[in-house]
Amino acid sequence: MSLTEKDKTAVKTLWGKISKSADAIGADALGRMLSVYPQTKTYFSHWSDLSYGSGPVKAHGKKVMSGVALAVSKIDDLTAGLQDLSELHAFQHVSNFHRNKILSHCIMVVIATLFPKDFTPEAHVATDKFLSCLALALSEKYR
Amino acid sequence: MGAVRGISFPRAPASRGHPLYRKTRAAKMVEWTDFERETIQNIFAQMDYEEIGPAALSRCLVVYPWTQRYFGNFGNLYNAAAIKSNPLIAVHGKTILHGLDRAVKNMDDIKTAYKELSVLHSEKLHVDPDNFKLLADCLTIVLAAKLGSSFTPDIQAAFQKFMAVVVNSLGRQYH
Repeated sequence: MSLTEKDKTAVKTLWGKISKSADAIGADALGRMLSVYPQTKTYFSHWSDLSYGSGPVKAHGKKVMSGVALAVSKIDDLTAGLQDLSELHAFQHVSNFHRNKILSHCIMVVIATLFPKDFTPEAHVATDKFLSCLALALSEKYR
Repeated sequence: MGAVRGISFPRAPASRGHPLYRKTRAAKMVEWTDFERETIQNIFAQMDYEEIGPAALSRCLVVYPWTQRYFGNFGNLYNAAAIKSNPLIAVHGKTILHGLDRAVKNMDDIKTAYKELSVLHSEKLHVDPDNFKLLADCLTIVLAAKLGSSFTPDIQAAFQKFMAVVVNSLGRQYH
């Protein structure tokens, strides 16, 4: 599955509308992931506070969204564009690839709560595909 | 070390009625906290079925187009606009959402409540149960869009737990 031109346009358009709220989206999505899916906490046991809205969660949420921003800018070649991030995550042993669906779902839930009019079914399918391709590119160096 | 002994397996009993086939697992009830019960009752008490049902089903057909295979007789599903304005899809979306009422009223035994619907989806409709989760995810997103910031993480968790039980129950009678 690869991104069509239509998908890329839809993603860039949506990103244009939501990017100002990127930090908040990241913090909310990550916080939700940790509380709605407690099994994901196992990847962050080195943080002092895993509760929703905590310092570490907000800081990392911001980082996650800057990764998404990078991916949007490199949307024509995600594998090359996300190479460094892939190595970073591989080194940190975040190699449970199928968990990515959980974070992707949480990101989309947050976008839906904040931008209900913009997150149309068309925007949703493009975003779902984009986040899947992003996760795939990110897992490039895992094994 | 001595020689490895051959492992012998018990011979399978001839009849399925044999005691060896009796299910002896203790019945496991889903446990709901008061918060979870209240949350589910509240969500559905305030639910706008006319709006949410059609929105969830049409979104599922757009985001996961392979689900359209179950709607061959529903007319024009050619693109997102057609799906959104398709009256048969709208009616069916409402029907599906009302189908959740049974679970809302029987939270302590959703498994039994959905026994017949599970058989229907398996034997008559031939729906791959994988798709139930996809529709549940779309419903979650539509609900999130409707409720905005009041769709807190705790409420999301309760709703997704409820949907997971429903989805599991609908898939139980497949064989």
